[in-house]
Amino acid sequence: MQSSNKKIFKHLALTALLLTAIGFWSFQSFANETASDSLPQQQLVTENHADVHSAETHEEGKVDAGKLIMEHIADAHDWHIATIGTAHISIPLPVIIKDAEGFKVFLSSAFHHGHESHEGYALREGKIVAVDANNQIIENADFIDLSITKNVAAMFIAVFVLCWLMLRVAAHYSKNKNKAPKGINNLIETLILFIRDEIAKPSIGPKYEKFLPYLLTIFFFIFINNLFGLVPFFPGGANVTGNIAITLVLAIFTFVITSFSGNKSYWGHIFAPPGVPKPLWILLVPIEIIGMLNKPIVLMIRLFANITAGHIIILGFFSLIFIFGAMNQYMGLGVSVLSVAFTTFMSFLELLVAFLQAYVFTLLSSLYFGSAVEEHHHEEHH
Amino acid sequence: MELVKPGLGLIFWMTITFSLVLFILSKFAWKPILNSIREREDSINNALNAADEARKQMDALKSDNEKLLQQARIERDAMLKEAKEMKDEIIGQAKKSADDESRRILAAANESIESAKIKALNELKTQVAVLSVDLAEKVLAKKMEDRSAQEAFVNENLKSITLN
Repeated sequence: MQSSNKKIFKHLALTALLLTAIGFWSFQSFANETASDSLPQQQLVTENHADVHSAETHEEGKVDAGKLIMEHIADAHDWHIATIGTAHISIPLPVIIKDAEGFKVFLSSAFHHGHESHEGYALREGKIVAVDANNQIIENADFIDLSITKNVAAMFIAVFVLCWLMLRVAAHYSKNKNKAPKGINNLIETLILFIRDEIAKPSIGPKYEKFLPYLLTIFFFIFINNLFGLVPFFPGGANVTGNIAITLVLAIFTFVITSFSGNKSYWGHIFAPPGVPKPLWILLVPIEIIGMLNKPIVLMIRLFANITAGHIIILGFFSLIFIFGAMNQYMGLGVSVLSVAFTTFMSFLELLVAFLQAYVFTLLSSLYFGSAVEEHHHEEHH
Repeated sequence: MELVKPGLGLIFWMTITFSLVLFILSKFAWKPILNSIREREDSINNALNAADEARKQMDALKSDNEKLLQQARIERDAMLKEAKEMKDEIIGQAKKSADDESRRILAAANESIESAKIKALNELKTQVAVLSVDLAEKVLAKKMEDRSAQEAFVNENLKSITLN
């Protein structure tokens, strides 16, 4: 027993060490990128090359933590991997723009990191804007930006992995009928059974089977995107489930399915609340409608806020190193120990949150489905 | 506020991707996985039920066997008892018939001994009579040779008779 505990601790310690090392490396390059964008001649102090720089350069190195964090939380048109010295290593992503002239498709590298315009468009603070011949922004320009952004690309990768994994598991099942699952299949089956028996069955009731494929899909979609978001470098690092557009679409899916599967008693409770005097309907019906619309909005905001908050906290802890490092090299070193410890702790917490938020989204969706298909037997008593 | 402004492009791609994922996973992953999980659960349930059933049958069989055994034991006891009775009866009968026979043989022997004895006695009597007559004849013949002796004898005998 004790020896196995020791082993686990050893593994944990190793994992933590590896995580922090990876975190350091990637964050260092993130920080370098933002710093070198504004001050290309200057490099920030980190543990690795603290001895290289003189005191003068430190005082110049102001770190705008807010801007840095927001840039990493927000979507982008290229996928930054690392910055070595002043050279950026990033994957250009396709830009797709629909305007009056039709579709325009080109790689984001044509913008040269926002320094140049291409086909009447330019990159300003990570956003595509229409520009005129003098590189001035045209306000209220009529175009739709359908680019494959960093979030879209990250989602594609996560979805591809998810489909590959699930199809493999499905193939395993059809090959090994009536046998005990093994390895990854066992893990997936545990999660599937958890969703079926602990989420769908108790909250939806006997009609749970109709909703099970959707519940499984959102659970695994959110879970895998949350996990990919925790990986600090390619192919992770994007903030997919912490983007409000993604959670908005997921919430709309849940809302549409709830509305379409709502039975007579579900709509009856909203537009003609039973057991309530008719004059009160004027008051109750708007409240019920707000309640109905409130549910998907809450779903959308909860997932977005939780995941974004996690990213912000981790980035914040790392920013502390550079803020203090900019003041004093040794202070930065001292703070880095604390920051790494806190970030390691937060990363473990985020692993839990990744599962928890996927679970909560699935559970609430199934509760809404349950309220939509529930038969109100107690109505006879009114 | 850039953070809470949903991007149109992202919504567009997300809707397409998610619909596709939902369709692909529902059709090619969840359906076979859930089906085979259900099948396996059914087969496990069936196996458990079958085992239960088998155990019940086994119990029934066991109690049946016990009953049969009990019956056989009773039957055996009855047979043994019967056999013992029969044996006792046969032995008793044999004893009785042997007794009778021996008694009968003894009686017959006694009878024949008795008759042989009587016959022998009779024969002896006749023999004795013949012998005594013969002897008397011889004695008389001898005595009668002498006339005087005869007369003396007769006289003597006469004397004694008169005295009576």
